Amino acid sequence: MFRIPCPHCGLRNVSEFRHVGEARTRPDPHTATPEQWRAYLYEQRNVAGWSVESWYHGSGCRQYIGVERHTVTNETRPIARAPESGHAAAGSASPDAGAPDADSAS
Amino acid sequence: MKRRGRPTTYSAGGLVSRGLTHREWPPAWRRHDLQATYDVVVIGAGVHGLATAYYLAANHGIRKVAVVDKGYVGGGGSGRNTAIVRSNYLTPEGVRFYDRSVKLYERLAADLNFNVMFSQRGHLTLAHNDGSLRTMRWRAEVNKLEGVDSQVISPDEIAELVPFMDVSADTRYPILGALYHPPGGTIRHDAVNWGYARAADALGVEIHQNTEVVGIDVEDGRVQGVRTTRGHVSAPVVVNCTAGWASLVSELAGVRLPISTHPLQAAVTEPVKVFLDTVVVSGTLHVYVSQTDRGELVFGASTDPYPSYSMRGSLEFTEELAGHVLELMPSIAKLRVLRQWAGLCDMTPDFSPIMGVTPVAGFLLDVGWGTYGFKAGPVAGEAMAELVATGRTPEIIAAFDLARFQDGRLVGEKGAAAVGH
Ligand SMILES: Cc1cc2nc3c(=O)[nH]c(=O)nc-3n(C[C@H](O)[C@H](O)[C@H](O)COP(=O)(O)OP(=O)(O)OC[C@H]3O[C@@H](n4cnc5c(N)ncnc54)[C@H](O)[C@@H]3O)c2cc1C
Ligand SMILES: [Zn+2]
Repeated sequence: MFRIPCPHCGLRNVSEFRHVGEARTRPDPHTATPEQWRAYLYEQRNVAGWSVESWYHGSGCRQYIGVERHTVTNETRPIARAPESGHAAAGSASPDAGAPDADSAS
Repeated sequence: MKRRGRPTTYSAGGLVSRGLTHREWPPAWRRHDLQATYDVVVIGAGVHGLATAYYLAANHGIRKVAVVDKGYVGGGGSGRNTAIVRSNYLTPEGVRFYDRSVKLYERLAADLNFNVMFSQRGHLTLAHNDGSLRTMRWRAEVNKLEGVDSQVISPDEIAELVPFMDVSADTRYPILGALYHPPGGTIRHDAVNWGYARAADALGVEIHQNTEVVGIDVEDGRVQGVRTTRGHVSAPVVVNCTAGWASLVSELAGVRLPISTHPLQAAVTEPVKVFLDTVVVSGTLHVYVSQTDRGELVFGASTDPYPSYSMRGSLEFTEELAGHVLELMPSIAKLRVLRQWAGLCDMTPDFSPIMGVTPVAGFLLDVGWGTYGFKAGPVAGEAMAELVATGRTPEIIAAFDLARFQDGRLVGEKGAAAVGH
């Protein structure tokens, strides 16, 4: 069991949370090409390393939160900026939060 | 020097003579220096990579093939799975595909001259509510249309097949029926891996263990070769068979996949006298059970609820598993868990694999095997070999292409693959 730092509730057991997905930027539906839209829907970076993710604290504050997690060791740490709520509630995480782990894939 | 043709035969006579003379068996496959070029490089020495290499050599005479693995043969999911083989899927594409694999498995021991211990003991998927019963009727009809033996049976019939199961109505999740699939069963997964490795080796395929791919060279949209921890290799065709690590390897070629990697755990108990001769799966209780020939009960479940590359077992898993198993079979409460382990599963959005060409010419995929890919080893290997040899995507895997995510042609198998692997 590892723990996740919730900005509202503090460090809590992972079993209180639901994993929502990798943080990603939703393209503008008016201008996005089908390719961009499908990439947004399906593609995963799936890195082995630090990854910025969205989690839902179902057994706590019931908020969508952003957190950085190392996908090999399951270490976690808070991210600097909380995700935008409206977007995260749609199921897919914080805007523009790819930056901290942008180079860990290569 | 290359040996060609069939490997040393294993026979009763050979066993007796080696037993008496104490002569060593020859190694099942050889070690090699890495050459500078191959016709095909297969990344990953699990059942998919090994079967692909074997069928390339056996069916198409393409023998200048290297299978490279960062670890050892069968060190990935292929040596960690619970070895369930079945073809009672939900979509016609899926049923046809997995049925071909069952057919290949039925004659695999003879083809490879290696006892793979395929035991078609029957496979039961329990329904605990109307929703699952409806899906099972649907699956049974699709299965029958494709010529696969599959039917819905009643709790009384279940009790006859599985004597220790609690089919009474006063449980928390009463059993309403089951999808019964007589040709389903289990196999000895290590034997399948080793059998393919040995037979491929005998046909001239080189198996390179401890050889990690750290780069894939692409020029003008064509794959040129791979960089490994033991040197550079050029090859016009590179096949990615790395399952849980598939995204990382594809990323080396600049191909992003709709895959996330989840750990899947399993456990076995101490051995007891054999009493269970079917495979029993309950989607509602997130658990399945079978018994090995040694008498251990093998338990599996659904994947860990978040992606991770960690292969550590967890106490939460064992606790939850034990609770669910005892709801099904209260009488085994005194059995002790002997060991537990985890493997990595490359989950796709539609619970179907991703096979075939990519935007990078010569870079092929045989991935997305999630929690259900061991049973597909033979058919996937056969089809991937045909694709490499002919340059055309065989009909049987056409539905599983990467482009389906672009075109919105998902092959939804969640209803048949989420818990019952
Ligand atoms: C607990 C558990 C239970 C399961 N139960 C079943 C079941 O009952 N039935 C079923 O059909 N399926 C089951 N599965 C799924 C099945 O095990 C897998 O889908 C299947 O084994 C995948 O085979 P593969 O050959 O594609 O990959 P793997 O066997 O995982 O092999 C991939 C190989 O790639 C190598 N590799 C990775 N990265 C690199 C690199 N950079 N360079 C070189 N090599 C690399 C790895 O070392 C590994 O050996 C289960 C899985 C698990 C974990
Ligand atoms: Zn909280």
